[in-house]
Amino acid sequence: MRKSWVLITIALLWSGLALAEEGEIALLHAGADIRNTDSLQRGARNFMNYCSGCHSLQYLRYNRMAEDLNIPESELAANLMFTTGKAADTINSAMPKDAESWFGKQPPDLSLMARARSVDYIYSFLKGFYVDKTRPWGVNNLYLPGAAMPDVLAGIQGLQKPVFKNEPDAGGSARMVLVGVDSMSAGSMKPEEYDQFARDTANFLDYAGEPVKAKRQSMGVFVTLFLLVFFAFAYMLKKEYWKDVH
Amino acid sequence: MSDQVDHSRRRLLTAATVGTGAIGVAFAAVPFLASWQPSARAKALGAPVEVDASKLDAGQMLKVVWRGQPVFVVRRAPGIIEHLGDHDAMLADPASDDSQQPDYIKASGAARARNPEYWVGLAVCTHLGCSPLGAFEANNSFQVAGTDLGANWPGGFYCPCHGSKYDISGRVFKSMPAPKNLTVPPYAFATAARIVIGVDDAPKKA
Amino acid sequence: MAAAPDSADNSTGGGLIGWIDQRFPLTKLWKEHVAEYYAPKNFNFWYFFGSLALLILVNQLVTGIFLTMNYKPSSAEAFSSVEYIMRDVNWGWLIRYLHSTGASAFFVVVYLHMFRALLYGSHRKPRELVWIFGCLIFLLLMAEGFMGYVLPWGNMSYWGAQVIVSLFGSLPVIGHGLVEWIRGDYYIADATLNRFFALHVAALPLALIFLVIAHVMALHEVGSNNPDGIEIKKHKDAAGHPLDGIPFHPYYTVKDLVGVAGFLLLFCGVIFFAPTFGGLFLESPNFLPANALQTPPHIAPVWYFTPFYAMLRAVPSFAGTQVWGVLVMGSSILVLFFVPWLDRSPVRSIRYRGPIYKVMLTVFVLSFIALGVCGLKPPSGIYPMLARVCTVLYFAFFLLMPWYTKLDSVKPVPERVTGHA
Repeated sequence: MRKSWVLITIALLWSGLALAEEGEIALLHAGADIRNTDSLQRGARNFMNYCSGCHSLQYLRYNRMAEDLNIPESELAANLMFTTGKAADTINSAMPKDAESWFGKQPPDLSLMARARSVDYIYSFLKGFYVDKTRPWGVNNLYLPGAAMPDVLAGIQGLQKPVFKNEPDAGGSARMVLVGVDSMSAGSMKPEEYDQFARDTANFLDYAGEPVKAKRQSMGVFVTLFLLVFFAFAYMLKKEYWKDVH
Repeated sequence: MSDQVDHSRRRLLTAATVGTGAIGVAFAAVPFLASWQPSARAKALGAPVEVDASKLDAGQMLKVVWRGQPVFVVRRAPGIIEHLGDHDAMLADPASDDSQQPDYIKASGAARARNPEYWVGLAVCTHLGCSPLGAFEANNSFQVAGTDLGANWPGGFYCPCHGSKYDISGRVFKSMPAPKNLTVPPYAFATAARIVIGVDDAPKKA
Repeated sequence: MAAAPDSADNSTGGGLIGWIDQRFPLTKLWKEHVAEYYAPKNFNFWYFFGSLALLILVNQLVTGIFLTMNYKPSSAEAFSSVEYIMRDVNWGWLIRYLHSTGASAFFVVVYLHMFRALLYGSHRKPRELVWIFGCLIFLLLMAEGFMGYVLPWGNMSYWGAQVIVSLFGSLPVIGHGLVEWIRGDYYIADATLNRFFALHVAALPLALIFLVIAHVMALHEVGSNNPDGIEIKKHKDAAGHPLDGIPFHPYYTVKDLVGVAGFLLLFCGVIFFAPTFGGLFLESPNFLPANALQTPPHIAPVWYFTPFYAMLRAVPSFAGTQVWGVLVMGSSILVLFFVPWLDRSPVRSIRYRGPIYKVMLTVFVLSFIALGVCGLKPPSGIYPMLARVCTVLYFAFFLLMPWYTKLDSVKPVPERVTGHA
């Protein structure tokens, strides 16, 4: 009887933890797989071509990325290194340190964005731009209201418009709430192509957040197996000696 | 305590457990010990350094930093190059047996260089680490830093701290405070006058 | 002066050991505290956590030292030095995760270890000092964990430090000066980080090591308690050993090894597969550098402090000051020290106590967990009320203890231990 009360209480409290904050729009699911090297390579290319102009990856080195993603040194130098000739250098952007005056905010370094905000956030963000005439650059983002970033992906994604829904507030009066975005004009990529672009880029940033993740997990399998063997021996040893005590 | 103790089973299980545990401890020790190896940043900063020696005149020298140490690059005059082996009797270690240099440097004999026209070596005196001065003209009574280098000075380096003298291949003279010849780092030529310090081979560039 | 041969049997170990024994009580210490320390034979699952706490302490010390080899304790370099460790230092990522997971594991183990005491009356006479040293260890461990969390200088490090240090500002008269003294500056700054580093790396570990030694010495002086709460020294055999006792070595060394193996399976599972543990062990906002201009949307301390944080927030402002919450939070820890004297039951172990204690202890544990959940959530919805209720329940467990432990029924306590593992 007492045990079921304990379980019910814990379940109630735990479910409280899982609910999203009130009023937030749920993130899209990126389905990132850091073991998919092809996706990571595409993501690296996407990042260098579309993002590295403003955003640095100051904690990731080119040669580390090349090693983990199986990119040959020649391709690395030819296609992915724009600001330095040395593969051992970190990935810096050409953006000057005072770019705050251009955007209202310095474009942040993205090395740890996937860990600070989640890979799903990055994927959603890349798909979340919409036209908003009240903003300085004419765009806003569904997942970062008031974003200072211009829509550099409009060329490939096309433009999106906001979708509102009529949700009466607590007092009962009608109000329009932003619930999503919808396509407004076509970009150079088809929607499925752009979706893949966003997934690959998010996947790459997930890798950049913790380059050792895939290796860590593989190592974990080996460590667990080893510890199971050790546990078995230790347990048998204990049982043997404790025969004395019975 | 009823049955007899099965000692052999205890020994076996103890051995298995202790053995596995010891292997585990050894595995666990590896990351800590390996963390002392140069990090990716150290390797990046310690990367090979490229030097363009094309602008050097004969008898001129430049210094670069490689892995935190100063490196000489000296362009030797033709007259000096011809007479590199003449003064071996004055040297403590003319064949560089006791000194530090890559095998291909030792094999080059008196020139102690991949290309006799340029001498590359660490500007670190093998006595106590001061940076020697260049004194490249072969001259009697050559003066440098207020010191007379003596008769038959063939050209070379002079360390002002305690007076060690080296020839123009960095080989130390006899009876000097310094025990060994100047160390030569690995290096290679990418082009006729582009030297890459820190590698044994460099991809040839146009 | 000829050295007299040692009449006790301690120097008969062969050459080297014998030589040492004549100069240092090596064999004597080994016998007294390990090979011939007679512990009750009925230790159960709850008795693993002492040795596990010691294992984790060693882990924190060793991984901590190795982290210090590459960490830079300045506000300008701290954050990037941690990423340097995670990416550039060979195996640095593993050393970091061992340390961060170890910190959380330390608190899991210590909370369970303390719970064992409440179950079996290990705080009762003559073990009051063991309990008090333990409470001191707990207090210092909280300080150690708090300062450790500031060191990466992430945004949660910064704002967590900001919130906790400014708590001291609510103390009347001395508050303002005290906060400035703790910070060493007018705001949480480089000076604060540097001194936290010195305390976290040198001062507190030294104090913790001394306290752990004192804790074990105090325990060994009186002997261990057991799940039945009875004194095994009452019944001894012809050799003077407790009838219900067994030498710690080999029986408990071998048993604790199993505990270690089981613990390592869970510990390494977390490290290799879920090192942030869903944001509980390494909070997401801390992957962004400290930013004095931008508070994280949701400041929460690390999970092991959340019960106390919830109590702090549960107490409303009164007479223009927030100091009451601070006092309540402080008291919630101080009250632990008095448990040996609050507990008036004639028996030690829960096995022989009546239903009142069982209910009170269950309510206490559930309240503590509920408080922890409240501390993680923003203060809205049902959580503020729940936190208030659970704070009252938490204190009720302690403050009403002198009354309900006397009132409670007891069962007859056996002379000899029941059951063994």
